[in-house]
Amino acid sequence: MSAPLETTALGKRYRRTWALRDCTLTISEPAIVGIAGPNGAGKSTLLGLAVGLLEPTEGTVRVAGRDPRHDPAALAEIGYVAQEAPLYRSFTVGEMLAFARASNNRWDDALATELLAGASSQTRVAALSPGQRAQLALALALGKRPALLLLDEPFALLDPLASRAFLGALMDGVSETGSTVVVATRLVADIERVCERVVLLGTGRVRLEGTVEELLASHRLLTGARRPLGRIRGVEQIVRERYSGRQATLLVRVNGPIVDPTWSVDEIGLEDLLLAYMAPEELQPPQPPEPSRLRWHG
Amino acid sequence: MEFHLDQRSGLPMYLQIVQQVKEALRLGLLDVGDQLPTVREVVGVLAINPNTVAKAYRELEREGLVDAKPGRGTFVAGTLIASSIEHHEELRRALLGWVVEAERAGIDEESIRALVSSTLREALDRRVA
Repeated sequence: MSAPLETTALGKRYRRTWALRDCTLTISEPAIVGIAGPNGAGKSTLLGLAVGLLEPTEGTVRVAGRDPRHDPAALAEIGYVAQEAPLYRSFTVGEMLAFARASNNRWDDALATELLAGASSQTRVAALSPGQRAQLALALALGKRPALLLLDEPFALLDPLASRAFLGALMDGVSETGSTVVVATRLVADIERVCERVVLLGTGRVRLEGTVEELLASHRLLTGARRPLGRIRGVEQIVRERYSGRQATLLVRVNGPIVDPTWSVDEIGLEDLLLAYMAPEELQPPQPPEPSRLRWHG
Repeated sequence: MEFHLDQRSGLPMYLQIVQQVKEALRLGLLDVGDQLPTVREVVGVLAINPNTVAKAYRELEREGLVDAKPGRGTFVAGTLIASSIEHHEELRRALLGWVVEAERAGIDEESIRALVSSTLREALDRRVA
């Protein structure tokens, strides 16, 4: 089976601005992948390229081995829920389902109906709550049993209860279809529960990518006395330094155990890790300790 | 049975499921032949990745506690009641000895807890790796 999603040096430019650049990703087996990053990081652009709505400026994107822009067969493999889940508001739920049934060669009516969470087929889309509307959009996308399901900010309009219900329906459906899910979101907390891989985008570039397990295992927080930083055994790279008074807090990427007893070593959560990589402006050059402030000026 | 998860516990979610099954086995709430909830049932309720549940069930299978029957489900194949209680007393005594030693070395309660939980996590991590 070919990889559900593969991009090579993928880039998209709008006039002079690169919305996405040099993005190389391989999702080679079914997985749930979170695309994180602040507004304008390139998340929607990446999804738009993957579904074939946008033409790449450079590089390539393949979905299940096919070009989504130029190979119509690729579209049968893709389920896509755009931001705010656009649907025909004057249709009833039943009409939306009938429409999906008629417009897809492969269609799993039983699954789509199950995922609707009891919304009556007589109800008009306009009368659904945001949570029900999101679940309808999800049911329509998963009913195709796509190889790849793309979700753009699915939680943006949902309250916590509806978010959890949506996530439950998503996982329920995916356990049935085996789809690879790529979900873009600003809020890491939304996806932490389900994602096995994360891609962090920032100003159009991939800042960090890997399985959640690898990323958490390869990063540690070190706390200790502020001092000129030399090499610390076990540290491959210092990602971020923060100072407060005499205390230094380092976020580091490790390549072995840290045995230096002058540093206290802690694990870091996924959300904190991604936030640290989102804010490179906080990267500070090493600074000498401040001179003692208690000085007598006689 | 129904699983519950604590995202803040620091314990990987699949291990939380493994532990809850073991706990139920120890307490006799699950017995040989009982069926565990299907992956689909669990993920719908907990809103977690199907692979997390599959990984937990694989781990339980590796330990000989459950049997996965393709197309039918996952069934309890072993029990923990006898073996665990039999060892409890001995382990408890060894642990008590260690605690006394730690106190003698001047380590306070909080540090003892920290030491135990970090060692435990390290040992579990190593087993996973």
